Amino acid sequence: MERRKFVQRSGLGALSALLGAEIVFGNRLPEGLPLLGLQDPDPFKMFGKDPQMVVLNDKPWNMEALAHLLDDPITPNRFMFIRNNGKIPESIDVANWTLTFDGEAVRSPKTYTLNDLKSRFPQHTYQLTLECGGNGRSEFDPPAKGNQWTVGAVSCAEWTGVRLSDVLKDVGITANAVYIGYHAADTHLSGDPTKEPISRGIPIDKAMQEETLLAFKMNGEDIPLAHGHPLRLVVGGWPASTSGKWLTGISVRDRVHDGEKMTGSSYRVPCETVAPGEKVADEDMCIIESMPVKSLITSPKTGATLPLGRSLSFRGHAWAGDLQVSRVDYSIDFGSTWKSCNLEQPANRLAWQHFSGTASFPKKGYYELWVRATDSNGKAQPMVLPGWNPKGYLNNACHRIALKIT
Amino acid sequence: MEPEHDFHKSARAVSGLLAMIFGFFLVIAAVLLYVMIDPGMTAFRSEPELAQQQAAPPAEDDFDKVEDGIHVRTGFVAEEGYMTVVNNCTNCHSALLVTQNRMSRESWEATIRWMQQTQNLWDLGKNEEIILNYLATYYAPEKKGRRQNLQDIEWYVLEN
Repeated sequence: MERRKFVQRSGLGALSALLGAEIVFGNRLPEGLPLLGLQDPDPFKMFGKDPQMVVLNDKPWNMEALAHLLDDPITPNRFMFIRNNGKIPESIDVANWTLTFDGEAVRSPKTYTLNDLKSRFPQHTYQLTLECGGNGRSEFDPPAKGNQWTVGAVSCAEWTGVRLSDVLKDVGITANAVYIGYHAADTHLSGDPTKEPISRGIPIDKAMQEETLLAFKMNGEDIPLAHGHPLRLVVGGWPASTSGKWLTGISVRDRVHDGEKMTGSSYRVPCETVAPGEKVADEDMCIIESMPVKSLITSPKTGATLPLGRSLSFRGHAWAGDLQVSRVDYSIDFGSTWKSCNLEQPANRLAWQHFSGTASFPKKGYYELWVRATDSNGKAQPMVLPGWNPKGYLNNACHRIALKIT
Repeated sequence: MEPEHDFHKSARAVSGLLAMIFGFFLVIAAVLLYVMIDPGMTAFRSEPELAQQQAAPPAEDDFDKVEDGIHVRTGFVAEEGYMTVVNNCTNCHSALLVTQNRMSRESWEATIRWMQQTQNLWDLGKNEEIILNYLATYYAPEKKGRRQNLQDIEWYVLEN
């Protein structure tokens, strides 16, 4: 009753203010009809997510998993993090969906329908690790601005599509091609139709790798809406923001792509390390490319208590951007001594690898299980936070879980 | 005895009359108040389909509700200036993007400038001072060091 009166008396003007947009045809709005924009739908139902997922932001939608939810070898949709910079497109016309190639380094612009892509090029399936560049941001001190991700902004799903390289060859690119930048159907939070919420990209070398896909399936089904339905650029091992969702265009550039969130401090870190809190000029910031080596203990869930004498079986995943993980070690004494875990080979390049181990404990008390992965170049995860950077990217400090032996 | 009894009797009569008058005013006040709030007298119309819709969203009915010092609708600390923040900072993005962050006054100001330069945020005028004072007071950074203790652990017995 109160709500209705509020709406009734405050009128369309106030409603518009609430929505942040003019209600066009508001005078034809039937009384009592709720506006979609004012509804507060259940995000877990709307996106098919498990209720244990954590909502960090509801405008735009951002949601992360907890470590133990990521236990599956291949991440199902219900445990996959959502990271959006803008508003999810409201209507998607799959039958008329097109992808246009343009830019300084194409012979001539070319447009493909979704069907063209599916029927004219060979299809490939890969498991690809996608991690948000800001995963782990919540730990930085001084704190870094943005969504405060803990550990759950990472996934490894099975993506099916055509190789970007195959399509680029068909388009015809010139020798001066340096970078590709994507364009998509999501819309800017401010409602300004001239602004792209995000338009990032990758160097041409990465674009030509065989695992870089124009994907239309995730885990064998149409890509879910929140993850880029009906077409997504998928770039394994690099910040997930390079994997453009709701893909409508690719610009082949003769320079580093300068789209939204490519410049300034977005997805960039100081080219040379800086002291925590130091100011860094834009020109001293470098674009993040391959993500660093990292691992996650997905079983057991943190907080396990077990009796003295029983050993603990644990497992999880490790990944290393463009590289492979060469070993994973664990410690139950705060990093004083380390023992090696079993480590599986990746299903394919750029897929995360599964590790497991069994720990036994000498006496009763509080323990932490720490896990440390090392990449094929010999770089290992740090125990404490790695280099501070203004936007809080690339926190690959080792994952820890709490245990009690009783 | 007699005069005292009379006095009690008339006192009762007077107080009864006063109570009646008071009650009468109360009813008039209630009616007037209702007419002020709902000049259309909508509660006395029969609109069953609307009544059903109203029953649906109970939780969000009160836009200004504050519980334990927190503005329920947005999650903001309900202290001086918070409504200015709600009105200027939750049109484009969620309140959650503010409340999950901790920054110095300087950094909050830099964030406002960035939003004005790139994200179509308007000139905040006199409100900027109110907003910055509020954010720098209630959303200030805490020292965390290079690695914090594991927190919010829910202990459970691990089955075999």
